[in-house]
Amino acid sequence: MTFSLSGFLGQLFAIVLALALAPLLTGWVNQCRAWLQNRGAPPLLQPYYMLHKLFHKDVVLAHGASSLFRAAPFVIFGCMVLACAIIPSLSTDLPFAPAADALALVGVFGLARVFIALAGMDIGTSFGTLGGRREMLVGFLAEPALLIVIFTVALIVQSTSVATIVETLAHRDFIIYPSLAFAGVAFTMVSLAENARVPVDNPATHLELTMIHEAMILEYSGRHLALIEWAASLKLYAYSCLGLALFFPWGIAERDNFLALLAAIPLLLLKLGIGGFLLALIETINAKMRIFRAPEFLGTAFLLAVLGMLVKLLLENRV
Amino acid sequence: MPGLLPIDTLLIVACAWLAIGAAGLVAPRNTRFIARTLFPLGALVGIVAGLVALGSLGSPAQTAVLAIGLPDLPFHLRLDNLSAVFVLLLGIVSAGISIYAAGYFRHPGQGGQGTAPGVLCVEYHLFLASMLMVLLADDAYAFMVAWETMALSSFFLVTTDHRHAAIRQAGYLYLLIAHVGAIAILLSFGVMTGGVGGSGDYTFAGMRAQELSPFWGSVAFLLALFGFGAKAGLLPVHVWLPEAHPAAPSPVSALMSGVMLKTAIYGLLRVSFDLVGMTLWWWGVVALAIGLLTALFGVFYATVQSDMKRLLAYSSIENIGLIAVGIGLTLIFHAYAMEALAALALTAVLYHCLAHAGFKSLLFLCTGSVLHATKERSLGKLGGLIGPMPWVAWLALAGVIAGAGLPPLSGFVSEWLLLQGFLFSPGLPHPWLNMVVPVAAAIVALVAALAGFAMVKFYGIIFLGQMREPALKDAHDAGPWERLGLVWLGGLTLLLGVLPGTIILRIDAATQQLLGKGLADRVAENGWWMLAPISPERASYEPLLFLAFIVATLLFGRWLVRRLYHGRVRRSPAWDCGYHFQGPRAQDTAEGFSQPIRRIFEPMFRMERHFPTLRDKEPYYSVKVEDHFWYWLYLPVARAAAWVSTLITHLQGGRIAVYLMYSFVTLILLLLVARP
Repeated sequence: MTFSLSGFLGQLFAIVLALALAPLLTGWVNQCRAWLQNRGAPPLLQPYYMLHKLFHKDVVLAHGASSLFRAAPFVIFGCMVLACAIIPSLSTDLPFAPAADALALVGVFGLARVFIALAGMDIGTSFGTLGGRREMLVGFLAEPALLIVIFTVALIVQSTSVATIVETLAHRDFIIYPSLAFAGVAFTMVSLAENARVPVDNPATHLELTMIHEAMILEYSGRHLALIEWAASLKLYAYSCLGLALFFPWGIAERDNFLALLAAIPLLLLKLGIGGFLLALIETINAKMRIFRAPEFLGTAFLLAVLGMLVKLLLENRV
Repeated sequence: MPGLLPIDTLLIVACAWLAIGAAGLVAPRNTRFIARTLFPLGALVGIVAGLVALGSLGSPAQTAVLAIGLPDLPFHLRLDNLSAVFVLLLGIVSAGISIYAAGYFRHPGQGGQGTAPGVLCVEYHLFLASMLMVLLADDAYAFMVAWETMALSSFFLVTTDHRHAAIRQAGYLYLLIAHVGAIAILLSFGVMTGGVGGSGDYTFAGMRAQELSPFWGSVAFLLALFGFGAKAGLLPVHVWLPEAHPAAPSPVSALMSGVMLKTAIYGLLRVSFDLVGMTLWWWGVVALAIGLLTALFGVFYATVQSDMKRLLAYSSIENIGLIAVGIGLTLIFHAYAMEALAALALTAVLYHCLAHAGFKSLLFLCTGSVLHATKERSLGKLGGLIGPMPWVAWLALAGVIAGAGLPPLSGFVSEWLLLQGFLFSPGLPHPWLNMVVPVAAAIVALVAALAGFAMVKFYGIIFLGQMREPALKDAHDAGPWERLGLVWLGGLTLLLGVLPGTIILRIDAATQQLLGKGLADRVAENGWWMLAPISPERASYEPLLFLAFIVATLLFGRWLVRRLYHGRVRRSPAWDCGYHFQGPRAQDTAEGFSQPIRRIFEPMFRMERHFPTLRDKEPYYSVKVEDHFWYWLYLPVARAAAWVSTLITHLQGGRIAVYLMYSFVTLILLLLVARP
């Protein structure tokens, strides 16, 4: 393990940047969506105001809440920070990156999902268990699809380390891999589902029949809710960075390249800005599906991912 | 102990277990003596066995010949690295279970019924000793004797509560399938001794020396796969498992699921990599396909169960399926002499054996505590037990996370290794294998994710939410002995999760013995904290750093929030969107939780449902999920057997002259056949 001070500082910077940028990205997506829907947009910094407000408030805990309910927000937050720490956003020189490769990254998301679903079931309200069940339903289809997307990329690069994937993909000549196109579509679908976005879930709803993510966190308040909201925006940020790293890795700096690191910051902001706008666009032109259409949607994503892998094995192995 | 070989120590261990069992007969009704003295002693002996096996890993094989057995047919024993890994598993896991059992068997046979504790003690320790002998046996005769002792002692353990007809039925089903499997194993050994033209040497050394043709080698492998598969719970001979595991007392379920299933895996590994002496690539495909089907089947059925122990039993089927997938992958790589990759897959197999033994025993013991505290095993009548039973609940959480294959606990390590193995399968020098095998990884991924669903259901419905029955308020946490056993297994799950490098360095001796190559060099090169089977650039996983990062973020976040803001908490009734009917019946039931799975994968299940109608005076909803195999395979076979039996009864006319004629005809036939 090569351990250097610059690497450590870069790692710390990446984590702080993720913590700071994640709510901004959420705010940007909300703003874009409001514009596209002809509404007055909330301020860009609204998520920060929300977090600040929530941290100030008392925690109102239901009588039946157990210790697991109180620990879960911190665990979920920790998982998401770890995910952001190992996905290269600015630089591939990340000392924490060997701690978890892309497969373990899927595991991190899985761990957070299990905790939030269990927390949803903890109070024992009808909405909470409903949310937990639906979250696991979405998860058990989305998780393998994500794993297969990563598998396909790993087959191309011959590595599951996210840093190596980025370094290899960024250096190759621009070739369109048909398998990556399939994987990209599957990844987009999975990201929508995993981040509780339309058409699978609606982050702006409290309608009992439609909600998934919101149903699980109904009983949370105060700092717990703040951490969960922050973790949700970190998750969106992590998925965005993962998508960028897998499919648009150009511009991410490598080891000991300070200038490239400086150039990477505006490029990241630009990429995230475009990505956020596209997300808002997808959310605007789609309608929320019935919950039982969600498995079909995710099943399609899973099959697309498998198809991408087959395309890789059938066509590209021959070249 | 100087001058005492490990194999001798293990023989002493087996004798000690037998002696402890026999001591139980001194005072068969004295629960206190048996539970508080004999079971902890058994645990201590188990720890000794585990330590001896750990110490002997990496040293050359040792053999022994026992004086017992038939004349001219003594028992041959051998302790090599493969045996040692499984003896380690047996010793360490059974120690935890025995400690737990010291607290568990406090009421004679659960309410004065069933087997006396002394008899139970005999059966339990005989079971342990016979499993040890299975692992040490070095000839077909000793192996079969130990194998049968294991099957019989576990049969009596399963039927501890023999007053219930359902439990007796479960026991007989288990006994039947165990014997069908045993016949296949015996035939497999017979084929491997070379048959009529062969040496007829029944020792394992003789089988290794025997040159088999590819046809007979395949016959031996398939018979072994069937025979050991019947014990392990592979499709389609899995039906006994979800019946027998819930029927047995919880420590016995834990022992069967955690350890006994692994002896079958040991047997399969022993035959396919050691005794047959050849590997054909399609064996691997067969094992892979059966493993995938078993894993998918197991996990689908696990998600829809309403009985907590049945859920775990189906989850065991799933895990055995994953192990078979790993064995299949190893066989495929081995057949193409890609030994480094075969070593990767085999390490995944051995690791998953250890991991599953730890977390599944832990979960079965947790259900035992829940059963003791509430007298309920139906998920629909539990709930909210994290309040009265925090120890059991938090330790069960460790088992659940490991069972869902999530980092940083034990189940994830083996799944990660297995997926890494699949990543290399496109390099196979075979035109379609290199395309089809990687797709199997997609199914493994689906199984892992569904296992998460089943585990959340198991945990959420038992331990979280509101109590579904008022009587649950009186539930009490596990006693000190039970707690100690649970902590032991929970610690094992954590250790296997965060120290994969250290553990792979130890069990690597078995991989090297079977394949000639291992992962130890790589692990030693990269340091004990890092798992990088090929190279750190290619793939790496550092669970300790992983865990430390999450824990540090958690603690730092908590400290910072309290420092910058405050830590105030107010209690109030649950909000639930202002909906005020918040009784326990508003929660999901076990059936409700798995309803999406039943709906999406409807053809997988055989369901009998009753829906309420508008005119019902007492409306109710019920759903009963059954196994297709039972109706498609077992009942037709049973009917055919009954039909053949009625035909055979015609032979029995009750007249002595006819019987004498039968003997006469048989004699003539034998003389004709056995003509010199």
